[in-house]
Amino acid sequence: MNIEQTITEIDIPWLALAGGMLIGLATTLFLLANGRIAGISGIVGGIVSGLLHLSWRDLDWRLAFIAGLIVSTLVWRQFFSLPDVQIQASDMMLVVAGVLVGFGTRLGSGCTSGHGVCGMARLSPRSIVATLMFMSTGFAAVYLLRHVIV
Amino acid sequence: MRKLIVLLTALISGLVFGFGLILSGMVNPAIVLAFLDIAGQWNPSLLWVMGGAVAVSAVAFFIARRRSTSFLGLPVNVPASRVIDKRLLLGSFLFGAGWGTAGFCPGPALVMAGAGSEKAILFVIAMLAGMLLFEIAGHGRKSGVAS
Repeated sequence: MNIEQTITEIDIPWLALAGGMLIGLATTLFLLANGRIAGISGIVGGIVSGLLHLSWRDLDWRLAFIAGLIVSTLVWRQFFSLPDVQIQASDMMLVVAGVLVGFGTRLGSGCTSGHGVCGMARLSPRSIVATLMFMSTGFAAVYLLRHVIV
Repeated sequence: MRKLIVLLTALISGLVFGFGLILSGMVNPAIVLAFLDIAGQWNPSLLWVMGGAVAVSAVAFFIARRRSTSFLGLPVNVPASRVIDKRLLLGSFLFGAGWGTAGFCPGPALVMAGAGSEKAILFVIAMLAGMLLFEIAGHGRKSGVAS
Protein backbone atom coordinates (compact mmCIF):
# COMPACT_ATOMS: atom_id res chain seq x y z
CA MET A 1 0.00 0.00 0.00
CA ASN A 2 2.98 2.29 0.58
CA ILE A 3 3.75 1.94 -3.08
CA GLU A 4 0.34 3.26 -4.03
CA GLN A 5 0.69 6.27 -1.74
CA THR A 6 3.98 7.17 -3.38
CA ILE A 7 2.27 6.84 -6.74
CA THR A 8 -0.33 9.48 -5.99
CA GLU A 9 2.39 11.86 -4.79
CA ILE A 10 4.44 11.57 -7.96
CA ASP A 11 1.28 11.59 -10.06
CA ILE A 12 2.44 8.81 -12.36
CA PRO A 13 0.31 5.66 -12.11
CA TRP A 14 3.29 3.29 -11.89
CA LEU A 15 1.22 0.13 -11.72
CA ALA A 16 -0.65 1.13 -14.88
CA LEU A 17 2.64 1.87 -16.63
CA ALA A 18 4.27 -1.36 -15.43
CA GLY A 19 1.19 -3.37 -16.39
CA GLY A 20 1.22 -1.77 -19.81
CA MET A 21 4.88 -2.68 -20.26
CA LEU A 22 4.06 -6.25 -19.27
CA ILE A 23 1.41 -6.27 -22.01
CA GLY A 24 4.10 -4.98 -24.36
CA LEU A 25 6.39 -7.82 -23.25
CA ALA A 26 3.64 -10.33 -24.10
CA THR A 27 3.11 -8.86 -27.58
CA THR A 28 6.90 -8.86 -28.05
CA LEU A 29 7.24 -12.55 -27.19
CA PHE A 30 4.30 -13.46 -29.41
CA LEU A 31 5.63 -11.44 -32.34
CA LEU A 32 9.27 -12.45 -32.13
CA ALA A 33 8.72 -16.13 -31.23
CA ASN A 34 5.47 -16.97 -33.03
CA GLY A 35 5.49 -14.26 -35.68
CA ARG A 36 1.97 -13.23 -34.75
CA ILE A 37 0.14 -10.09 -33.69
CA ALA A 38 -1.30 -10.41 -30.17
CA GLY A 39 -4.74 -9.18 -31.20
CA ILE A 40 -7.22 -10.81 -28.87
CA SER A 41 -10.43 -10.29 -30.87
CA GLY A 42 -8.72 -11.71 -33.95
CA ILE A 43 -7.48 -14.75 -32.05
CA VAL A 44 -10.90 -15.45 -30.51
CA GLY A 45 -12.69 -14.67 -33.77
CA GLY A 46 -10.38 -17.12 -35.54
CA ILE A 47 -11.47 -19.82 -33.10
CA VAL A 48 -15.17 -19.06 -33.71
CA SER A 49 -14.62 -18.99 -37.47
CA GLY A 50 -12.55 -22.19 -37.44
CA LEU A 51 -15.13 -24.12 -35.42
CA LEU A 52 -17.96 -22.87 -37.65
CA HIS A 53 -16.21 -23.82 -40.88
CA LEU A 54 -14.68 -27.01 -39.42
CA SER A 55 -11.18 -25.78 -40.17
CA TRP A 56 -8.62 -26.75 -37.52
CA ARG A 57 -5.74 -24.82 -39.02
CA ASP A 58 -4.22 -22.33 -36.53
CA LEU A 59 -6.67 -23.52 -33.88
CA ASP A 60 -3.99 -24.92 -31.54
CA TRP A 61 -1.92 -21.79 -30.93
CA ARG A 62 -5.05 -19.64 -30.74
CA LEU A 63 -6.46 -21.87 -28.01
CA ALA A 64 -3.08 -21.89 -26.22
CA PHE A 65 -2.93 -18.07 -26.14
CA ILE A 66 -6.54 -17.76 -24.91
CA ALA A 67 -5.93 -20.49 -22.31
CA GLY A 68 -3.02 -18.38 -20.99
CA LEU A 69 -5.32 -15.36 -20.65
CA ILE A 70 -8.05 -17.39 -18.94
CA VAL A 71 -5.78 -18.99 -16.33
CA SER A 72 -3.85 -15.77 -15.67
CA THR A 73 -5.82 -14.89 -12.51
CA LEU A 74 -5.36 -18.42 -11.16
CA VAL A 75 -1.58 -18.20 -11.54
CA TRP A 76 -1.47 -14.57 -10.34
CA ARG A 77 -3.34 -15.52 -7.15
CA GLN A 78 -0.55 -17.91 -6.15
CA PHE A 79 1.76 -14.94 -5.64
CA PHE A 80 -0.27 -11.74 -5.29
CA SER A 81 -3.81 -10.72 -4.45
CA LEU A 82 -6.24 -9.81 -7.21
CA PRO A 83 -7.38 -6.19 -7.45
CA ASP A 84 -10.98 -5.31 -6.65
CA VAL A 85 -13.17 -5.39 -9.72
CA GLN A 86 -16.47 -3.55 -10.05
CA ILE A 87 -18.77 -4.44 -12.92
CA GLN A 88 -21.56 -1.88 -12.73
CA ALA A 89 -23.35 -2.70 -15.98
CA SER A 90 -26.65 -4.59 -15.74
CA ASP A 91 -26.94 -8.04 -17.32
CA MET A 92 -28.92 -6.55 -20.20
CA MET A 93 -26.22 -3.95 -20.84
CA LEU A 94 -23.52 -6.63 -20.69
CA VAL A 95 -25.30 -8.70 -23.34
CA VAL A 96 -25.81 -5.74 -25.67
CA ALA A 97 -22.22 -4.59 -25.11
CA GLY A 98 -20.85 -8.10 -25.67
CA VAL A 99 -22.61 -8.50 -29.01
CA LEU A 100 -21.44 -5.03 -30.12
CA VAL A 101 -17.85 -5.79 -29.08
CA GLY A 102 -17.85 -9.23 -30.74
CA PHE A 103 -19.39 -8.10 -34.02
CA GLY A 104 -17.63 -4.73 -34.12
CA THR A 105 -14.11 -6.02 -33.47
CA ARG A 106 -14.52 -8.63 -36.23
CA LEU A 107 -15.90 -6.15 -38.73
CA GLY A 108 -13.21 -3.61 -37.82
CA SER A 109 -10.46 -6.31 -37.72
CA GLY A 110 -9.28 -5.49 -34.22
CA CYS A 111 -9.77 -4.27 -30.68
CA THR A 112 -7.74 -2.44 -28.02
CA SER A 113 -4.89 -4.96 -28.31
CA GLY A 114 -4.65 -5.45 -32.08
CA HIS A 115 -5.31 -1.84 -33.13
CA GLY A 116 -4.71 0.08 -29.89
CA VAL A 117 -1.41 -1.55 -28.91
CA CYS A 118 0.10 -3.50 -31.82
CA GLY A 119 -1.23 -1.27 -34.60
CA MET A 120 -0.25 1.95 -32.84
CA ALA A 121 3.21 0.49 -32.10
CA ARG A 122 3.87 -0.02 -35.80
CA LEU A 123 2.16 3.27 -36.72
CA SER A 124 -0.40 1.56 -38.95
CA PRO A 125 -2.71 4.23 -40.42
CA ARG A 126 -5.65 1.79 -40.25
CA SER A 127 -5.07 1.11 -36.57
CA ILE A 128 -4.64 4.79 -35.69
CA VAL A 129 -7.97 5.58 -37.36
CA ALA A 130 -9.64 2.55 -35.72
CA THR A 131 -8.31 3.52 -32.29
CA LEU A 132 -9.48 7.12 -32.65
CA MET A 133 -12.88 5.80 -33.74
CA PHE A 134 -13.45 3.31 -30.91
CA MET A 135 -12.14 5.77 -28.33
CA SER A 136 -14.57 8.41 -29.63
CA THR A 137 -17.61 6.15 -29.51
CA GLY A 138 -16.41 4.85 -26.13
CA PHE A 139 -16.34 8.43 -24.79
CA ALA A 140 -19.71 9.13 -26.41
CA ALA A 141 -21.35 5.99 -25.00
CA VAL A 142 -20.20 6.76 -21.45
CA TYR A 143 -21.28 10.38 -21.81
CA LEU A 144 -24.74 9.36 -22.99
CA LEU A 145 -25.19 6.62 -20.38
CA ARG A 146 -23.86 8.64 -17.43
CA HIS A 147 -24.71 12.25 -18.13
CA VAL A 148 -27.61 12.35 -20.58
CA ILE A 149 -29.86 9.32 -20.06
CA VAL A 150 -28.99 8.48 -16.41
CA MET B 1 9.24 -30.49 -30.69
CA ARG B 2 9.12 -27.06 -32.33
CA LYS B 3 5.34 -27.40 -32.51
CA LEU B 4 5.27 -27.83 -28.74
CA ILE B 5 7.50 -24.79 -28.15
CA VAL B 6 5.25 -22.70 -30.42
CA LEU B 7 2.23 -23.67 -28.32
CA LEU B 8 4.14 -23.00 -25.11
CA THR B 9 5.21 -19.51 -26.20
CA ALA B 10 1.60 -18.80 -27.22
CA LEU B 11 0.42 -19.92 -23.78
CA ILE B 12 3.06 -17.82 -21.99
CA SER B 13 2.23 -14.79 -24.19
CA GLY B 14 -1.43 -15.06 -23.19
CA LEU B 15 -0.47 -15.55 -19.55
CA VAL B 16 1.85 -12.53 -19.43
CA PHE B 17 -0.74 -10.46 -21.32
CA GLY B 18 -3.23 -11.40 -18.60
CA PHE B 19 -0.73 -10.44 -15.86
CA GLY B 20 -0.33 -7.05 -17.53
CA LEU B 21 -4.09 -6.51 -17.58
CA ILE B 22 -4.34 -7.49 -13.89
CA LEU B 23 -1.37 -5.38 -12.71
CA SER B 24 -2.48 -2.34 -14.69
CA GLY B 25 -6.01 -2.51 -13.28
CA MET B 26 -7.53 -2.79 -16.76
CA VAL B 27 -9.42 -5.94 -15.73
CA ASN B 28 -11.65 -3.58 -13.73
CA PRO B 29 -14.36 -2.08 -15.97
CA ALA B 30 -14.84 0.73 -13.43
CA ILE B 31 -11.31 2.02 -14.15
CA VAL B 32 -11.82 1.76 -17.92
CA LEU B 33 -15.15 3.60 -17.69
CA ALA B 34 -13.52 6.25 -15.49
CA PHE B 35 -11.07 6.86 -18.34
CA LEU B 36 -13.91 7.10 -20.87
CA ASP B 37 -15.88 9.48 -18.60
CA ILE B 38 -14.33 12.83 -19.49
CA ALA B 39 -17.26 14.70 -17.96
CA GLY B 40 -16.87 12.88 -14.64
CA GLN B 41 -13.94 11.97 -12.37
CA TRP B 42 -11.48 11.37 -15.21
CA ASN B 43 -8.91 8.62 -14.57
CA PRO B 44 -6.04 8.70 -17.10
CA SER B 45 -4.54 5.26 -16.19
CA LEU B 46 -5.58 3.68 -19.47
CA LEU B 47 -3.36 6.12 -21.36
CA TRP B 48 -0.35 5.06 -19.28
CA VAL B 49 -1.15 1.40 -19.87
CA MET B 50 -1.40 1.96 -23.61
CA GLY B 51 1.71 4.14 -23.62
CA GLY B 52 3.76 1.49 -21.81
CA ALA B 53 2.47 -1.30 -24.03
CA VAL B 54 2.98 0.67 -27.26
CA ALA B 55 6.52 1.76 -26.30
CA VAL B 56 7.67 -1.81 -25.61
CA SER B 57 5.84 -3.24 -28.64
CA ALA B 58 7.37 -0.61 -30.93
CA VAL B 59 10.82 -2.06 -30.20
CA ALA B 60 9.53 -5.54 -31.04
CA PHE B 61 8.12 -4.39 -34.39
CA PHE B 62 11.38 -2.58 -35.12
CA ILE B 63 13.26 -5.86 -34.61
CA ALA B 64 10.63 -7.91 -36.48
CA ARG B 65 10.86 -5.63 -39.51
CA ARG B 66 14.53 -6.58 -39.95
CA ARG B 67 13.78 -10.29 -39.93
CA SER B 68 12.13 -12.54 -42.49
CA THR B 69 11.20 -15.19 -39.91
CA SER B 70 10.55 -15.30 -36.18
CA PHE B 71 13.09 -16.69 -33.69
CA LEU B 72 11.26 -20.02 -33.93
CA GLY B 73 11.59 -19.96 -37.71
CA LEU B 74 7.95 -19.05 -38.41
CA PRO B 75 6.82 -16.45 -40.95
CA VAL B 76 6.17 -13.02 -39.45
CA ASN B 77 2.49 -12.18 -40.05
CA VAL B 78 2.07 -8.42 -39.90
CA PRO B 79 -1.09 -7.03 -41.56
CA ALA B 80 -0.13 -5.28 -44.78
CA SER B 81 -3.43 -3.54 -45.58
CA ARG B 82 -3.40 0.26 -45.49
CA VAL B 83 -6.94 0.73 -46.74
CA ILE B 84 -9.24 2.74 -44.49
CA ASP B 85 -12.68 1.52 -45.50
CA LYS B 86 -16.25 1.49 -44.21
CA ARG B 87 -15.77 -1.88 -42.53
CA LEU B 88 -12.92 -0.57 -40.41
CA LEU B 89 -14.82 2.58 -39.45
CA LEU B 90 -18.21 0.96 -38.77
CA GLY B 91 -16.63 -1.99 -36.95
CA SER B 92 -14.59 0.27 -34.68
CA PHE B 93 -17.63 2.51 -34.15
CA LEU B 94 -19.68 -0.46 -32.91
CA PHE B 95 -16.83 -1.84 -30.81
CA GLY B 96 -16.35 1.51 -29.05
CA ALA B 97 -20.07 1.75 -28.32
CA GLY B 98 -20.00 -1.68 -26.66
CA TRP B 99 -16.74 -0.92 -24.85
CA GLY B 100 -18.21 2.26 -23.37
CA THR B 101 -21.43 0.47 -22.37
CA ALA B 102 -19.82 -2.27 -20.27
CA GLY B 103 -16.21 -1.13 -19.75
CA PHE B 104 -15.02 -4.48 -21.10
CA CYS B 105 -12.97 -5.17 -24.20
CA PRO B 106 -12.12 -8.77 -25.20
CA GLY B 107 -8.90 -9.27 -23.17
CA PRO B 108 -10.06 -8.15 -19.71
CA ALA B 109 -13.42 -9.90 -20.21
CA LEU B 110 -11.65 -13.23 -20.87
CA VAL B 111 -9.35 -12.75 -17.88
CA MET B 112 -12.28 -12.00 -15.54
CA ALA B 113 -14.32 -14.86 -17.02
CA GLY B 114 -11.37 -17.08 -16.12
CA ALA B 115 -11.54 -15.69 -12.59
CA GLY B 116 -15.12 -16.97 -12.42
CA SER B 117 -16.96 -13.63 -12.61
CA GLU B 118 -20.51 -14.42 -13.76
CA LYS B 119 -20.95 -11.00 -15.32
CA ALA B 120 -17.74 -11.38 -17.31
CA ILE B 121 -18.81 -14.85 -18.45
CA LEU B 122 -22.14 -13.40 -19.61
CA PHE B 123 -20.27 -10.69 -21.55
CA VAL B 124 -17.94 -13.27 -23.15
CA ILE B 125 -20.87 -15.45 -24.25
CA ALA B 126 -22.52 -12.40 -25.84
CA MET B 127 -19.21 -11.46 -27.47
CA LEU B 128 -18.85 -14.95 -28.96
CA ALA B 129 -22.45 -14.65 -30.22
CA GLY B 130 -21.54 -11.31 -31.85
CA MET B 131 -18.55 -12.94 -33.54
CA LEU B 132 -20.71 -15.85 -34.69
CA LEU B 133 -23.23 -13.35 -36.06
CA PHE B 134 -20.40 -11.74 -38.02
CA GLU B 135 -19.43 -15.11 -39.52
CA ILE B 136 -23.02 -15.99 -40.40
CA ALA B 137 -23.63 -12.54 -41.91
CA GLY B 138 -21.07 -13.62 -44.49
CA HIS B 139 -18.30 -11.19 -43.64
CA GLY B 140 -16.08 -13.90 -42.22
CA ARG B 141 -14.53 -15.04 -45.47
CA LYS B 142 -13.26 -11.62 -46.41
CA SER B 143 -11.55 -10.86 -43.12
CA GLY B 144 -8.09 -12.20 -43.72
CA VAL B 145 -6.00 -10.22 -41.30
CA ALA B 146 -6.90 -10.45 -37.68
CA SER B 147 -6.03 -8.58 -34.59
